[in-house]
Parts: sequence; structure tokens; C-alpha cells
Amino acid sequence: MAVLDGVSEAVAAAYAEEWGRIVASLIRFTGDWDLAEECAQDAFARAVERWPRDGVPRRPGAWLTTTARNRALDRLRRARTEAKAVQEVAGLADRAPSGAPTGEETEVDGDGALPDDRLRLIFTCCHPALVPEARVALTLRSLAGLSTAEIAHAFLVSESTMAQRLVRAKNKIRHARIPFRVPSAAQLPERTAAVLSVLYLLFNEGYGASAGAVPVRRELTAEAVRLTRLLAGLLPDDTEVRGLLALMLLHDARRAARVDAAGELVPLEAQDRSLWDRDGIAEGLSVLEDALLRRRPGPYQVQAAVAACHASASDAADTDWPQIALLYRELARWSPGPVVELNRAVAVAMAEGAEHGLALVEGLVSAGELAGYFPLYATRADLLRRLGRWGGAADAYREALASAPTEAERRYLARRLAEAEAEAEREAEQGRGAG
Amino acid sequence: MKYLLLICTDDTVTVDDPAELDAQPWVDEMDGRGARLMGDRVRPSEDVTTVRVREGSLLLTDGPFADTKEHMAGFDVIECADLDEAVEIASKHPMARFGMIEVWPFWTE
Repeated sequence: MAVLDGVSEAVAAAYAEEWGRIVASLIRFTGDWDLAEECAQDAFARAVERWPRDGVPRRPGAWLTTTARNRALDRLRRARTEAKAVQEVAGLADRAPSGAPTGEETEVDGDGALPDDRLRLIFTCCHPALVPEARVALTLRSLAGLSTAEIAHAFLVSESTMAQRLVRAKNKIRHARIPFRVPSAAQLPERTAAVLSVLYLLFNEGYGASAGAVPVRRELTAEAVRLTRLLAGLLPDDTEVRGLLALMLLHDARRAARVDAAGELVPLEAQDRSLWDRDGIAEGLSVLEDALLRRRPGPYQVQAAVAACHASASDAADTDWPQIALLYRELARWSPGPVVELNRAVAVAMAEGAEHGLALVEGLVSAGELAGYFPLYATRADLLRRLGRWGGAADAYREALASAPTEAERRYLARRLAEAEAEAEREAEQGRGAG
Repeated sequence: MKYLLLICTDDTVTVDDPAELDAQPWVDEMDGRGARLMGDRVRPSEDVTTVRVREGSLLLTDGPFADTKEHMAGFDVIECADLDEAVEIASKHPMARFGMIEVWPFWTE
């Protein structure tokens, strides 16, 4: 039994570690995405069957890669033989299977970029000719090895919708011939941006979900960090990749403190900072410092700097809010928008007083751009509460409750609403008493 | 790999200097590279006729099937390695700046 457990753990570990690498190398080898996935699956199935009997190989990754590759060779050879018979009849020349890479493509990418298969794979999955939702889904399927059902669950669509989306994307890659390679240096900056945004989406899918008790999403966070780390290793001069990695590490380090034992969401200022992962914070800070030293700023580095301000504060009162307010102003230069403004309003409220923050928030409310955006109402309610304007706070909490996306947020707001109503009631009574 | 480039107009874009619309330098470059197999301009939508046969009867309609502001102004057939090269070729066409270009892969297999 113990042996069996050890084996299933080894298979699970190999799956998490090796799936993307095996699929990526098979795609390069065969040029066929479906064949690559099927052969990778076959290799893991064979491991489940063979490892309990023969023992876990010394290098499970190499064993799986060889097994998958042999399987692919077998299938290609068989397909080639069939195709050859047809071609001979038709008098056609023997050609490589459609979409198979030519010799020179497999050697070096243009401009000497490192030819890592997983890097090729993520750039192909995030090709701008694919719709953004398909880019994320394809990355999760081919690199992270999530099942279609799991991806559908994470994106709240039906399994058949997700299956269709994946098939469409793979067909477009094949039929429009989207190349399996890291783009040339000239295209790299614009293409890297698409990859980073997909990785950040992956991370947020996992991070935002910790209140929803969906186990799959924790894996998304880990996979996003792993892929960004890989990208950072392969693009050593890209400061924004490092900025994103630092941002993820710093957020992820606070994960254990974000939800309490009862599953309630804990706001940043109330979090038990002893639960924060010190090693994660140290690594995030050092990655960020390394990026900032190169003096090529960008939005991910600025966001990571905000996260660094929070992570470095020994308690909520010690947070450098004036610095955070400045960083949000800087971020607005890179990516202007009402959400950044809202975050700046929160920092201003902390640095200069709630009434200053509230003035910015009221401006956003009347601009109407964030109508229906839950954090706008929650922030407005919180600032009114802090100013002791209880009647207005109660109204604002009711408005926030109506748009709260998760159960944990609704419970938190309901508690605050009850508090504000009680205070408003008390004030009214005092008013009556005085009058 | 063959692609059809549909060269389309966009009425919302204004052209200050009509000389910038001249596609001849692009044609010369792509012919020189061996990427362009053929191509031409077409008359505007007023001169288009749509042909349908339904239950044995020939139906003719004045104008293109889709009556939109944007319309096809020409086409090119190119042959290149992959979509990235096709996009690079299309992006160099002057109408990529003043209109838009649809890249249609040819049916293979």
C-alpha cells in the first residue's frame, strides 16, 4: 500500500512538473497539438500501470518524455504508411505532415532567443491572432495540463463551450498556420505583453478564488508563478517579466492571512501578519529590486512596488500610504483608468484623511464609469463609516451588498451594515433626546 | 502556405495625401521577394453584382451580399511560411494604415 501511495504521488508530481514540457516538446516534434496531448496522456497512463511493478524511474521526466515520443513516432509512422499508399496512387511526393516544423526552425529562433519548447508553447498559445479567452484556456490546457472540465469550471462556462473554444483555437493554429516559435526580437515586446497579461489573469483567477473554496484555482496561482519564473529565466533583460513575478510572489505570500478559520475574508489592515510567508516576501522584494535597478519602469513593476509597500510594513499603521498614493499616480500614467483612480483614492484617504479620499471616490461615482463595480461601493461605504457619517454609510453598505460577488464579501458587508445602522439609530435617538 | 489578402476600405479614416495610398512600391517589394502570386484592384460596390441560383432560377442582386460601409477594394494572393510572415506582409500594405486587411488562409489538405 505504501509503495502504491508513493507511486501515485510520484505520478502526480511528475504530472505537475512535466506535463507542459512533454506536450511542448511533442508539439515541436510532431507539429500536431492533439497528437501531442494524446501521447502525453498515454505516457502518464503507462506510468500508472508500469511504475508500481517496475519501480519509479530515477528520472521520471525523461522516462515519460521518451515513452510519449515513442508513442508519437509509432502513430506518425503508421499514419505516414497509410498516407504514402494514398500518395503513391495519386502520384504525389512524400511530404512532411502538415504543420510539422522544418529543420531550421527547430535549431535556433531568430535573433538567438533560447529555444525552450515551453516558451514557444506559451507564445503560440498567446498569439494575438487568437481571441483572449482562447489564449488563457489554451495555456491552461497545454502548459498547465488542466482538463477541459476544470478550465470550464474556472471560467464559469459549460464544458461543451470550453471544448469548442479549445478546438477552434487549435484549428486556427493549424489552418492559419500560427508558427510554434518565440517571436523575433522586433515582435517580442508587443508579444510579451500578451503573454504577461495571460499569466496575470491566470494568477488572479487563482488568487481571487481563495474565498470561493474551488480547489482547482490554487493550482492556477502556482502555475502562473512557475510560468512567469520560467519566462523571467528565459528573458533575462525584460524588467516587466520580473515586475510581474515580484507582484505575484508578494501577493501570494499574503495568501494564508486573507481568509480566517471561518472562511471570512480578512481585509489587509486586519490581517495577522505573522501568517505572511516571509521567504516569499523576501524573494518578491529581491526580484523587484533587481528589476528596478535596470531603470526601465513599467506597470507591473509599479504594481509590485505597491505590493512591496504593504509587504514591508510591520503593521497596518506603519504602511507608507503617501508612497502608495504616489505609485498609483505613476501607474495611472502607464495604464490610466477608473480602477487605478479608485485605488489611488484609497491610498489618499489613508495618507491625507478619509475626506480627501472620499472626494475622489464621489468624483468616480458621478463619472459613472465604474457603475456596477463592487469595490467602488465598498470603498465609498468604508470611507463614510470612517468619517462617522452613519446614515450615508448604511445606504452605501446596502448598495455595496447588492453588487458583492462572493458569499464571504456579503457576510463582511452585512456585519458592517448592521453596525452602521445601529450607530445611525443611536445618533437619531440622541438627536431626539437633545431636541 | 497560401493566403488571400482582402484589401478593405475604412470610411472613418481620412487620407491627407492620396499618394500614400499607392500600393505599387509594396507590389514591387513582394513580387521581388517572391511572396506575391497575384492581385488586383476591384471596382467599388456600386458595380458589384451578386449571383444566386435558387430552385433553378437565377437571381441577380445589385451590390455585394453584405451592405456595409467598409468594402473590398482589391485582393492579393501571397505565399509565405506562416501567419506571422503573412501578417508582416499585410502590415506593410498602405491600406493597412488607411483601411484594413483580412488575411484568409487557403484551404489545405
